Amino acid sequence: MAGIPSRHKSLVLLTIVVLLQVLLLAVQIKRDSQGRLIRVWTVGAFSPFERAGAHGVGSIRGTWNRYFALQNTSRDNEQLRRENDVLKMQVNQLLSKAAEADRLALLLNFRKSHPDVPMLGARVIGASADTASQTIYLDRGERDGIRRNMGVITPDGVVGKVIESYMDTAQVLLLTDKDSGVGAMLGDSRIQSPVGGTGEPLLAMKYVPNDDTVSLGERVVTSGMDRIFPRDLPVGTVADIKGGNPFKVIRVRPAANLERLEEVIVLLSLHPLDLKKEIEKPSPQASAGKVASEVAKP
Amino acid sequence: MNDAFDIRNMEAHIEVHKFRNGAIIGATILALLVQAFVPIYFAKSTILDLPLLITIYFGLSRRNPSTGLLLGMLIGLLQDSLSGPTVPLGLYGIAKTFIGYLASSIGARLDTEHPAARFALTVLFFGAHQGIVLLTRRILLGQPGVLFNMHLAVAALVNAVVAVFLFVILDRLRKS
Repeated sequence: MAGIPSRHKSLVLLTIVVLLQVLLLAVQIKRDSQGRLIRVWTVGAFSPFERAGAHGVGSIRGTWNRYFALQNTSRDNEQLRRENDVLKMQVNQLLSKAAEADRLALLLNFRKSHPDVPMLGARVIGASADTASQTIYLDRGERDGIRRNMGVITPDGVVGKVIESYMDTAQVLLLTDKDSGVGAMLGDSRIQSPVGGTGEPLLAMKYVPNDDTVSLGERVVTSGMDRIFPRDLPVGTVADIKGGNPFKVIRVRPAANLERLEEVIVLLSLHPLDLKKEIEKPSPQASAGKVASEVAKP
Repeated sequence: MNDAFDIRNMEAHIEVHKFRNGAIIGATILALLVQAFVPIYFAKSTILDLPLLITIYFGLSRRNPSTGLLLGMLIGLLQDSLSGPTVPLGLYGIAKTFIGYLASSIGARLDTEHPAARFALTVLFFGAHQGIVLLTRRILLGQPGVLFNMHLAVAALVNAVVAVFLFVILDRLRKS
């Protein structure tokens, strides 16, 4: 205080006294969950400088690393590129396994929702060697209980039927094959008519008279009359309708994705569960049902 | 230059009052006791801020900013100590330090013996005191507060009226 002009002494004293009391306040007060007020103030006062310092050091370090310390960059890039390739492969494998897990979960759900139907999951291991026939091979065969004429489905819908069973493998005729067929009916009007393959992606619904009303997008389900598939499994949806003589020409888009089959379900029964009921209560379209069962025969 | 010379001349004519031994300490303690105990029996008396009036009076009379601010600090800290857990030490201390400094500085330049001047200055100092407390609460403590309302206006007027009479009584403690 000795070197301070006398007229400023009181001002300096005021400043000191007030600052001391501010510090006194800081020592006493605690803010909720933030500790003592003096700590809050100290952090608040120092943090801008710390932030600025960290920013400055970070900028300098970044500049140095980006523009000067590049002697190992090429080698690092090469290594990272290799690691990236490996990781991409791993990601693809994992994605594939995840998709497989999803499909298997669907199969499992389907199996749980139909406990009364004995069924067996199988993996598609091969396809037809020629373009004229639409067949696939499964990794299960007679040893697993698979027999000829058993139905093959996915949770989405009908796939086809087993046309040959070997010891450890089975051959399945897809619904799209020209020689394939399934007893079916329209989901809304319950008009029964067999659906067969044409060798093309779309199926054909045969024997629907011109007088019957069919709408685009209408569901087509199994009728159970072919003694292979139980009733009301999805076959597909009506994709195109044209008039014909004497029957309509109806194209059906398959419900199951027959071009990308990886896992399927084999129905391990040659006796559809609700077939007796159908026989006891014959429907008006019984004649069409007969045709369906004929078509379904190998 | 003439103006400055006149002011220095005017300041030279303002008398610095001396008080009897123990008068300042006694008045301060009495004011704090009254401030602390009277509201127990008479709730309306909280409107009075006797420690503030004492700070103002001795600041205006002593006319020394250093002693004024130190007295203000002492009175304020004692008031803080008696105010309970919601008032931290230093809240009124800071405010009264400023008031003591301002009162002493103004007292050194103006004649504050007239009752009207005392009334007006008390109103001003009461407002300044309130503002400093509010700023301390808001900025340093993060507590909300009101700068002005009718209650504070009435309090300022009541304190100013009391100050006029209190200061006359305190004048009797001066050394003749």
